[in-house]
Amino acid sequence: MAENAKKFVARFGLPRVIIVGFFLLLVVCAGAFQMDLLQIFSDCIRRWGMYGILALAMVPAIQCGIGPNFGITMGIVGGLLGGLIVIEYRVTENAALLALGTQLLGEENGPFLAKWAAVLLAILIGVILATGIGWLYGLLLNRVKGSEMTVTTYVGFSIIAFMNIIWTVIPFKSGELIFPNAGQGMRNTISLASSFSEVMNKTLAFRIGPEGHCLTIPTGLLLFFFLVCFLVWLFMRSKTGVAMSAAGANPAFARASGINVNRMRLIGTTLSTVLAAVGILVYAQGFGFMQLYNGPMMMGFTSVAAVLIGGASPNRAAIFHVLLGTFLFQGIMALGLPVANQFIPESNLSEVMRLIISNGIIIYSLTQTQGGGSRG
Amino acid sequence: MDKNKNLHKLTAWIFEQKVVLIFVFLSIGALIASKQSMAFVAGELFTRVARNSFLVLSLIIPVLAGLGLNFGIVVGAMAAQIALFLTTFWGLSGIGGFLVTVALATPLAVFFGFLVGSLFNKIKGAEMIGGLVLGYFADGLYQLLFLFIFGGVIPFRNPDGSPSSLMTPTGVGVKNTLDLTPTVKYALDTVSMLSIVEIAFYIVIAATVLSAVFRLVKKQAVDWKKTGLTILGAAVVYALTFIPAIETFLAADRLMLLRAVEIAVLVTVLWQAGRFVWFALVKKAEFDKKRCLAVILAAGILYALTYVDAIYRVLIAVRLPVMTYLCIGALCLFNQALMRTRLGQNMRTVGQSRVVANAAGIDVDRTRIIAMIFSTVLASWGQLIYLQNIGTLATYGAHTQVGQFAIASLLVGGASVQKATNKQAILGVVLFHTLFIVAPLAGKELFGNAMIGEYFRVFISYGVIAMALAMHAWKKKAPKASLQVVEGGTSPSPKASA
Repeated sequence: MAENAKKFVARFGLPRVIIVGFFLLLVVCAGAFQMDLLQIFSDCIRRWGMYGILALAMVPAIQCGIGPNFGITMGIVGGLLGGLIVIEYRVTENAALLALGTQLLGEENGPFLAKWAAVLLAILIGVILATGIGWLYGLLLNRVKGSEMTVTTYVGFSIIAFMNIIWTVIPFKSGELIFPNAGQGMRNTISLASSFSEVMNKTLAFRIGPEGHCLTIPTGLLLFFFLVCFLVWLFMRSKTGVAMSAAGANPAFARASGINVNRMRLIGTTLSTVLAAVGILVYAQGFGFMQLYNGPMMMGFTSVAAVLIGGASPNRAAIFHVLLGTFLFQGIMALGLPVANQFIPESNLSEVMRLIISNGIIIYSLTQTQGGGSRG
Repeated sequence: MDKNKNLHKLTAWIFEQKVVLIFVFLSIGALIASKQSMAFVAGELFTRVARNSFLVLSLIIPVLAGLGLNFGIVVGAMAAQIALFLTTFWGLSGIGGFLVTVALATPLAVFFGFLVGSLFNKIKGAEMIGGLVLGYFADGLYQLLFLFIFGGVIPFRNPDGSPSSLMTPTGVGVKNTLDLTPTVKYALDTVSMLSIVEIAFYIVIAATVLSAVFRLVKKQAVDWKKTGLTILGAAVVYALTFIPAIETFLAADRLMLLRAVEIAVLVTVLWQAGRFVWFALVKKAEFDKKRCLAVILAAGILYALTYVDAIYRVLIAVRLPVMTYLCIGALCLFNQALMRTRLGQNMRTVGQSRVVANAAGIDVDRTRIIAMIFSTVLASWGQLIYLQNIGTLATYGAHTQVGQFAIASLLVGGASVQKATNKQAILGVVLFHTLFIVAPLAGKELFGNAMIGEYFRVFISYGVIAMALAMHAWKKKAPKASLQVVEGGTSPSPKASA
């Protein structure tokens, strides 16, 4: 029995055993405090869908050999710009789209069409921008092989700092976007209530159980998340995807087999950046707000932590790791807040927990792969 | 022909110093754009240099030991803040309280430095990202300690049992900001020169007497003449402080910059003149007279410059915290002296190549841990110097940007991931903080928005680190490529590496 347990731990990884254990402990605690478990689980699922694509952005990056991409903020700013442009031009208030929506979906669900159009347009703009940014970013990373992690982190921070300047001077006019009272620059937090807030979450959503005490399934959000996962899965199995994984796993061997390693890394980096742009918009619509300035600064860390918790290493990652890792990590966050509040009301114990767990897992995985004995 | 050579040299120098030059131009440009008086900027700058230099200098040892830029100094800063919280709670104040805080922070920092060093030995080659993530991780633990364990597990109460005024109203968790004004604010800055001379006098006397006694006990020859002269010299200097004019001058807690310049000029001139007399006239030895005269001339010009009205106004406006600057100077000397010792040489060897160091019989892991302990302890002292000058402890924020700004300063001074000197550190602090002072004001003047300047300086601090890291990786990429096969591990044939 002990043997079996040891084998299981070795295969599943000690940190995952601890985290699953912690997750279950939180569930038990929540149950013991007689909290509304169904509502908490709804929150878990909502967060799973919201953060999932951002974590998914790690898969092509890790597989192509650049390692955990702390610099997904490069793509995130692209996505944010897409969202801002859509709000600036009031796509959700477009009369033609609203009329078409009412015609197709009926009076009640009419605005959905315009909202979907808005979010998809934002994603499209974000993807186009992120492709360009990601390509340049990939060119840089091809020149710093071996030190990608430090470089991605600081390039990611730099772009956020640079965009802070841009957000202050960018000439958008919409009252939704700029500071009220003749202030200069964009708001810190932009409400999406009048644009595409929760459009995915509410599409085809259904409840299990009575009103107020129920499990809400954000069907549209999950479907979109799974669709993107499926597309990435397909890509990873395509000829290019397989070549990319080979380039990441063993560059010298890949080169000998006629694979252009640098080109594969470029594709992987670009794809990762593009996914980040999509991810931030999916996150924003679920959250209901877009955060500018230093809001997305640490998103790279959260996403890296999620895939690592799911069982990825800095050299290998799969979609399954994203699904499991995001669910566990966000589940702990969703459960942690109310449970921590039972112990110490109005505390930010869950924030502290997030810091410790997410950074702890990154350090752990570094010690696992970096190694290097005392002989140098 | 000769001209071409000189030109070539010049371009090579410019290329080498490009980061420094860019920042010199940027600082000067922002300075002009900000339309601030020099007196204001210089005053701010000298305060900030005193505040931050120690922290930046604490980064040098790990760079030489091959650990790269030590993002882990955040942990040292945390050790300092834990110690400072405790001494503030105990109500210790003044220089005494400050020294107790230092004494308390040091063992904590040694312990933390040991842990960080051990971790870095497990992640060789990824120390920088590891240190950065470790900083965030440690921040989580720090918050856990200050928010929940202090007050929640360890009670901090007044003698009458009510929660201490440092804690939040619930009694659990420490307040966001602690005011250090009644305790250690300016504790180090305001140590008067009189006390410094006094302490130095006692230290010199004690050291000479002890060494004489030690030699007597060991039955070695004692140079009585030298001992007597040292004690006499110290006594004369100490006696001088009892002259009322000198006493009032030394009793001031800060030194006017004008006086500092005058003293520096005087000392330089006397020193060079003394050397001239001694070597050229008494000993008749080989002596570079030209250089000596040039230095004296330069000192003279510097002194003449103090009579220029604009410079004079700056010089009388700025007041230096003497003790703090002495500490910074001492650390510079320490960094240099350490590199002359065996330990320092070992560190340098480890920094150049761990394989070679190991082959030479150096315990690589141990040397790296020692380097980290040094850096962490120095960083904790640096943070204490910083906090006593600021005068408030932002419990949850004071440490978060420490590594970021210190590293950016060091890089702005022209240092790289593998090479850093005291000069680069000080130059970097001056340039980086000039930009820090004037950027928001320049932003306001140029764009009508102070936030632009503010964001610009943050961008600079991240950007310069990103650039330094990228350039470092770029340079070292070439030799690294051949190692990739070995690291990949699954290469089916050695031919693949070709």
